[in-house]
Amino acid sequence: MVEQAIGEIKEIEFPSPGQILRQRTLSHKGFMIGAIVLILIFAMALLAPVLSPHDPYHQELSKRMINPIWHADGTWEHPLGTDNLGRDYLSRLMYGARISLLIGVSAMVISGIIGIFLGVIAGYFGGRVDMFVSFLITTRLSMPVVLVALAVVALVGGSLNVIIWVLGLLIWDRFAVVMRSSTQQLRSIDYVNAAKAIGCSTTRILLTEVMPNILNSLIVIATLEIAHAILLEAALSFLGMGIQPPLPSWGLMISEGKEFMLFSPWIITIPGVVLSLLILSINLMGDGIRDITAPEGRS
Amino acid sequence: MSILLEVQGLHVEIPLAAGILKAVRNVSFSVVRGKTHALVGESGCGKSLTALAIMNLLPQSAIRCCERLSFDGQDLASTNERHMADIRGNKIAMIFQEPMTSLNPCYTIGNQMQEALLRHRRVTRKEALDRAVFLLEKVGITAAESRLKQYPHQLSGGLRQRVMIAMGLMCGPPLIIADEPTTALDVTIQAQILSLLKDLQEEFDMGMILITHDLGIVARVADRVSVMYCGQVVETGDVTQIFENPLHPYTQGLMDCIPIPGKTQPGEHLGSIPGMVPTPIGDMTGCIFRNRCSFVSKACAESGVALQEISTGRTYQCLLSPEVCAQNLRGGVSI
Amino acid sequence: MLYYTLKRLLLAIVVAITVSFVTFMLLRLSGDPAMALAGENATPKEIELIRQQYGLDRPIIIQYVNWARRALGGDFGESPYFNQPVKKIIGGRLATTMTLGGCALAFAICLAVPMGVLASIRPNTWIDRVALTISVLGQAMPSFFFGLILIIIFGVMLRWLPISGSSTWRHFILPAIALGYYATPAIMRLTRSGMLEVLASDYIRTARAKGLKAGVVLFKHALRNAIIPVVSLLAVQFGFMLGGSLVIETIFAINGVGFLGYESISRADLPMVQAIVLLVSMFYVVLTFFSDLLNAFLDPRIRVT
Repeated sequence: MVEQAIGEIKEIEFPSPGQILRQRTLSHKGFMIGAIVLILIFAMALLAPVLSPHDPYHQELSKRMINPIWHADGTWEHPLGTDNLGRDYLSRLMYGARISLLIGVSAMVISGIIGIFLGVIAGYFGGRVDMFVSFLITTRLSMPVVLVALAVVALVGGSLNVIIWVLGLLIWDRFAVVMRSSTQQLRSIDYVNAAKAIGCSTTRILLTEVMPNILNSLIVIATLEIAHAILLEAALSFLGMGIQPPLPSWGLMISEGKEFMLFSPWIITIPGVVLSLLILSINLMGDGIRDITAPEGRS
Repeated sequence: MSILLEVQGLHVEIPLAAGILKAVRNVSFSVVRGKTHALVGESGCGKSLTALAIMNLLPQSAIRCCERLSFDGQDLASTNERHMADIRGNKIAMIFQEPMTSLNPCYTIGNQMQEALLRHRRVTRKEALDRAVFLLEKVGITAAESRLKQYPHQLSGGLRQRVMIAMGLMCGPPLIIADEPTTALDVTIQAQILSLLKDLQEEFDMGMILITHDLGIVARVADRVSVMYCGQVVETGDVTQIFENPLHPYTQGLMDCIPIPGKTQPGEHLGSIPGMVPTPIGDMTGCIFRNRCSFVSKACAESGVALQEISTGRTYQCLLSPEVCAQNLRGGVSI
Repeated sequence: MLYYTLKRLLLAIVVAITVSFVTFMLLRLSGDPAMALAGENATPKEIELIRQQYGLDRPIIIQYVNWARRALGGDFGESPYFNQPVKKIIGGRLATTMTLGGCALAFAICLAVPMGVLASIRPNTWIDRVALTISVLGQAMPSFFFGLILIIIFGVMLRWLPISGSSTWRHFILPAIALGYYATPAIMRLTRSGMLEVLASDYIRTARAKGLKAGVVLFKHALRNAIIPVVSLLAVQFGFMLGGSLVIETIFAINGVGFLGYESISRADLPMVQAIVLLVSMFYVVLTFFSDLLNAFLDPRIRVT
């Protein structure tokens, strides 16, 4: 016998997935810092022709090695000083951002295409195809990337295209590994089977259950490989085998500044710090995405 | 009949994003040497957390408080971690639900059993080994010496659970807490493990807390029962009292759900309790069961649903009088 | 266990052969070696002469087979720069690079593992945040930049340590730090995440329920399990250090194989470059092989499969 007007036990309201995602993203300090810095650097690169005070290639030998603005004899005309050939450092820095980002993203795209393709066919077909792709991955992992890239670029010549392609053809392994394991898991995952059991079509399963999970890992790997490519290019240019002068690659700027670094340390610290900031922001974003979208293991 | 463990007014709270989860509320019971006290209830009703709270093995974010928590005269609530570690495994042993993952895969069975004893007693490794062999044979494992050299992944689930039991007994603890010891095992093995536990309890005169959701196990093994619902104890009593004369509407609902050989007719509908267990967050006034109870009244929503005690050790948490409850019953279960 | 070892060994050998083939092809096909060897001002006739002299006019497969055959016997040809057998030159430098790599790895382990363990037992506290910050910053700085900074601070400003050459043990300190710090974040994170996962597992709960002391639970039970993937990572990281030593050796003027590689590439000393690339690749293969074996040895569950 149920009597009227019993006190209702309130049901708890949990927030929706979209709200959770937005809240997590905005409150993830690492991700936000990385995103802001990256946007700033990207804007600097994009607007370099508009924002840079001078032509980055213009040499003025009478104005060599001027100190940056925080030194006593600095001048606002060259806020970050000039290098050993009298070129404005700030302008070179801004144009250098374009090169780094261009190489980073292009190499990532190339390696991504190769890696995703190999990973998916390995995971999907299994058997001999999987064995062959795993073998390819192991072989690639057994090659010292810096050495090989160095040797090839040295022999072929250090143009932008060559560097992008050499790097792209060398750093696809993580894409392949991740895509392979993701695709493998798909074939026998519990929730895919459960979805099938309640009658969902394969396409729907792929779109709603599978893709989001792969996409998260892919985005994280993609950001990490951009950073990886940028670092490799900087190393190659630093060693003199990458971007050739007079292009303003940050690695090249550090290399060119090396002989003056003991007297004017800023000449290597400025491009070095900016390079580190770029890598840092990309890594922070990658880690942030991983944290925000991970289903478990969150702080 | 000495009281081994006394729990009074135990609360466990876990802070969550949506509020404070009051996972265990005002739980009280006591365990006597040589007897088994069962905590029975659905998944998520707080029985495991109660056991972990007694051992002080709760997750870091959880908060425990109680009126009284004493073991063999010692106040556990004020015992610090170092001394608590001296008690665990030594005076109170705990057996968990998942034998497949409860043993360290990198060390042999022998190593893990020996360390249980070596930690608490000044014995030689050989003596610890002998005790391990003795206990493995006691739990029915043949070829004990060679088993000790094996790794956990080389044993089946049933064997692993026996090893867990043997390991729990290494120090001869007066109290054992068994948290769903047979849930992860095959039905055929379940019966063996249960009778094993019962025999061991008698032989070593241990007190046991048995946590389970299976009323059949309770009927077979327990001496006293506390029925838990959503973090609270709703009824306590001897096992015959609970089964033959369940008082609380929830307990009655549970009894309705099980088929009784001889009584339940083929084609007869088994009972079910409508509704879902609420989440214990926020305001907790009134009876927690009221949104699913067939005998609910307006008074149930107000605070002060007191514990009714009709005889020593026989309590239930409901506004209805014992006579009304007995009337509500469709017919008890005799065991 | 034996079967597992043999399987991995066979795989390692096949990979080694493939790597040697691929790297050989890459180098030969990247440009005309004869032109590179002859120099910028060589006439076509001189180039042709060099081509014949070095057997570069034969089909590429034959070239590879010949080279591989000789390489197996340790004969990597003669360096046109040093006019001495490649083997002799490399041999002298190998120990230096291995020492540098070993020191760098030791530095990375001593820094990363304790940090990782500490961060895992106090997750989301300031210790954890500091460790994560260090690791994030560490991975953002290019190793060559970090090396230069170390030189400026410790070599020039503070004058504590030497910055060039490889004669005394002190010469290895800065390069080891510059080389090793890059692996620190990866090792620390893996230790931390491994420990976090292991500490939440059922057998740790059992260990605590047995009343084992906190240190025993942490090290005997938790770390022993968590460290398994880390050991494999260490082997791989050591390989990376051997490959990445090129940059550090060049900055600090350490007379190792990496520095030699760099110089040989600048001089288009093809036999030397080929030999070095092959050598480092072989190290990778061997290290991966050992890393697999270690994994199986440390985790009893893998030995069965």
